[in-house]
Amino acid sequence: MIRFDSVSKSYPKQNHPALRDVSLEIERGEFVFLVGSSGSGKSTFLRLILREERASTGQVHVLGKDLGRLSNWKVPQMRRQLGTVFQDFRLLPNKTVGENVAFALEVIGKPRGQIRKTVPEVLDLVGLGGKDDRMPGELSGGEQQRVAIARAFVNRPMLLIADEPTGNLDPHTSVGIMKLLDRINKTGTTVLMATHDQQIVDQMRKRVIELEKGRLVRDQSRGVYGYQH
Amino acid sequence: MRAQFVFSEIGVGLRRNLTMTFAVIVSVAISLALLGGALLAREQVNSMKGYWYDKVQVSIYLCNKNDAETEPSCTRGAVTGQQKREIKGDLEKLQVVDKVFYESSDQAYEHYKEQFPDSPLVPSLTADQMQESYRVKLADPTKFDVVSSAFSDRAGVHSVQDQKDLLEDLFNLLNGMNTAALFLMGLMLIVALLLIVNTVRVSAFSRRRETGIMRLVGASSFYIQIPFILEAAVAGLLGGVFASTMLMGGKYFLVDNWLADKIPLIQFVGWDSVLKVLPLVLAVGVLMPALAAFLALRKYLRV
Repeated sequence: MIRFDSVSKSYPKQNHPALRDVSLEIERGEFVFLVGSSGSGKSTFLRLILREERASTGQVHVLGKDLGRLSNWKVPQMRRQLGTVFQDFRLLPNKTVGENVAFALEVIGKPRGQIRKTVPEVLDLVGLGGKDDRMPGELSGGEQQRVAIARAFVNRPMLLIADEPTGNLDPHTSVGIMKLLDRINKTGTTVLMATHDQQIVDQMRKRVIELEKGRLVRDQSRGVYGYQH
Repeated sequence: MRAQFVFSEIGVGLRRNLTMTFAVIVSVAISLALLGGALLAREQVNSMKGYWYDKVQVSIYLCNKNDAETEPSCTRGAVTGQQKREIKGDLEKLQVVDKVFYESSDQAYEHYKEQFPDSPLVPSLTADQMQESYRVKLADPTKFDVVSSAFSDRAGVHSVQDQKDLLEDLFNLLNGMNTAALFLMGLMLIVALLLIVNTVRVSAFSRRRETGIMRLVGASSFYIQIPFILEAAVAGLLGGVFASTMLMGGKYFLVDNWLADKIPLIQFVGWDSVLKVLPLVLAVGVLMPALAAFLALRKYLRV
């Protein structure tokens, strides 16, 4: 699903590389936590998978494709097979919940009939059935994140990438989001989640990858958040 | 591609930047009207120049049978073959003469028909009413007097005309206006393009949330860019339509109803020329802004 072969990434005008010689593999159907303090390279790691950036050296394979060799015009096609969720939800405030989810299908040219059918289904799945016509501003943070997850999942992606999805939520709401992500994982979708939330990582007991100053320092199945924090 | 989605995006974009859009439309309209005007002025000049204008400096018109009865300079009768040979020979002996062309009355008739296809005179005109002429290209274009003094009183010569004298001032004026119009057009076009670049920048910034999401869910870069490009193209098209209206209004009110009355001697460019310029004006109006938007997007929009 995801394979990093001795991947390093340096940005221009920065002395230290954001990632140094990272190699790892994530299999289909896994649920993986990506942990590490700020500036440890988590964001760069995710940006490489989304091909917002290219690796400076080494190879990144996602869904069987070498992203270093993927030409620019094929990138959108690749991103359609990924779902992404962010800490700040990234919803469109002037569109309803249903329209927000439909937007993801409209802009990749899905036929209207299919959109009308799929959107309520996926809203049901994330526990927002019947809230199609609400505006994002009327919803709680947890509900907004569920909309974002619905939008990420509406294409039934093979891989869901979540960048601190619970970062803006209280612990109780976070548990609900984690249950949802776990359920999505159970449908066969690989989930990669970057987080700072110690409690969640300790509870879920999934594989944990830890980055520190751009190096891979821990890769532990059924791991906990860490010792030194 | 869902057309309805794209069109609603364009509508939203144009309304959001209403003032900027208006500025784009006005500057595009002015620059295109100037472009069209300059093209028409050039056509006007070309249509007035006729066949010989750019080729020779002096025309020596010879007397024909009609002139022999009516023109004071032709009282000695129509030109004879002997006289023609002498004139040609003498012309070629002159130092200042570079080349001598002979135009028969048939050729004169053809050239006249080409230049004034709409003239009411053409149907009643016949070839033998036209004058034969020698058209003289000078080595030194200023030496008209040399030829004039040598030939104007000769038997068989109707008149010697300085080809440039008649229209040169008018052409200089038209050419000057033309250059000024093109310069102003260039300036306005640059203004229009800068406005478009700025509009795209503002537009891309205010829509960065949408475009960011579009990128994440895998919308193609074409799909992300096309609303911006079409926005510019629509504004440009409106400018082109305004420019066309100005040109047609200018032709109708200024030329047909005013200038044509004041200066009946000149045949002004017709509606066919105006209509020929309009597609060009509209095409430039659509393509230039679209291209400018496309280039601006490369800078201001990540896709």
